[in-house]
Amino acid sequence: MTQIRNIVRVSKVTKTFKLGKVLVEALKGIDLEIAAGNYISIMGPSGSGKSTLFNMIGGLDKPSAGKVFIDEVDIAQLDAYELAWLRCRKIGYIFQTFNIIPVMTALENVTLPMTFAGMNSDEAITKGIGLLQLVGLGDRFEHKPSELSGGQQQRVAIARALANDPAIILADEPTGNLDLTTGEEIISLLKQMSQDRGVTVISATHDFKMLNVSDQVVWIRDGLIDKIEDREELSISVGRIGSR
Amino acid sequence: MAVDQPTAAGTATTGDQVARQVVLPFKKSVEIAFKSIRARFFRSMITTLSLVLAVSFLSFVNVSTDMANGLLTTGDPVVRENLTAAGYDIGPRDASVGSSPKQRWIVILSLLVCVVGIVNAQLMAVTERFREIGTMKCLGALDRFILRLFVLEAGMQGVAGASIGAAAGGLFAVLNAWIAFGSVALRVLPAGAVTASILSATGVGIALSLLGVLYPAAVAARMQPVEAMRVEQ
Repeated sequence: MTQIRNIVRVSKVTKTFKLGKVLVEALKGIDLEIAAGNYISIMGPSGSGKSTLFNMIGGLDKPSAGKVFIDEVDIAQLDAYELAWLRCRKIGYIFQTFNIIPVMTALENVTLPMTFAGMNSDEAITKGIGLLQLVGLGDRFEHKPSELSGGQQQRVAIARALANDPAIILADEPTGNLDLTTGEEIISLLKQMSQDRGVTVISATHDFKMLNVSDQVVWIRDGLIDKIEDREELSISVGRIGSR
Repeated sequence: MAVDQPTAAGTATTGDQVARQVVLPFKKSVEIAFKSIRARFFRSMITTLSLVLAVSFLSFVNVSTDMANGLLTTGDPVVRENLTAAGYDIGPRDASVGSSPKQRWIVILSLLVCVVGIVNAQLMAVTERFREIGTMKCLGALDRFILRLFVLEAGMQGVAGASIGAAAGGLFAVLNAWIAFGSVALRVLPAGAVTASILSATGVGIALSLLGVLYPAAVAARMQPVEAMRVEQ
């Protein structure tokens, strides 16, 4: 049996924000291990600390106390250059608002991270077209974001997130700005990418559609982990949600 | 399982196909900056317009002085009288005219106003593009890539705006002299001095454009990538 590798390890993480003169404790000591290749959903109401934890895992924010390891590297130890490298190579980001760079075409958006990674332009274009075909936009790579629908923009974002073959894809409410059907398409695309490429997908979400495909769901409440449910237990609770 | 630890030096470890680096080639930066200006042409034009006006004023004042000096070389007393009538401060023995202190003040003030205008416009541009900058940072852009993109954009706007402004101001000064003093003004046109004035006005314009973008570009470069996650409106 192969040993399960943890791609993300969060250890005793707390985070305090200063809002005016009041200290707000967003995370109150989180321990979490995420196995490589899984599809994880982080669920919780607004203000639960879900986004804070999510940003921490993405190397976008540093904990007040405790440690976050990505691929066994403590992110607090990294300097600006190494963090940029980590974002470029290890993590692919998907945003609620798609965040396709508006002045660039779909293909240019996908090849930008490859340019940052030092890939030469011909290679990047070939790979970029391949990725766009993979997400079902093979014929629209010369389109500007304004000429694409929300779902198509999110597909471009997925292709862009995969550009440097990252180990982790972080999706922040990826279906939040999409209608039901398009959202489902994006979810199944993410799931498929996770299965085919062995990418760990971590998504922060409110969307119960996400539960069907998740290997693990982490429920956050008031800055603490409420419960972690694996896939098997999930079918029961999904049923409950469905009948509610 | 080997631990992938990036090395700050950007060197490749053995067996790595791609070097451990984060780069944005200069050619690519120019391309992105150019596309960014083209995509926001109207807004760039307005930013550039204040520069065009200030530089054309500077160029106009300097070239007018050059033209007056050219006219003085004729030694014609009628021309001398016309010059004095046109407001040039010439003593009976003066062989050349300079710009008056008042004129210099107005020029300096106009250039100052122009820089403030550029800073204002560029700050707005940065605020407008917060999400875009944050996204680029999430994709691995370093602070200096962002800084470079903004400086390059300002440089391009500076070159375009300053050369248009300097040429327009110079042309207008020559036309003005021609209308005021007749064809003699064109016959004695000091081509070297006029060219030098136009070129120096262009240089000043480019420098002002770069000066104006420094603070906004620094604001953009220091931005945290997490801003890209923010959902507003």
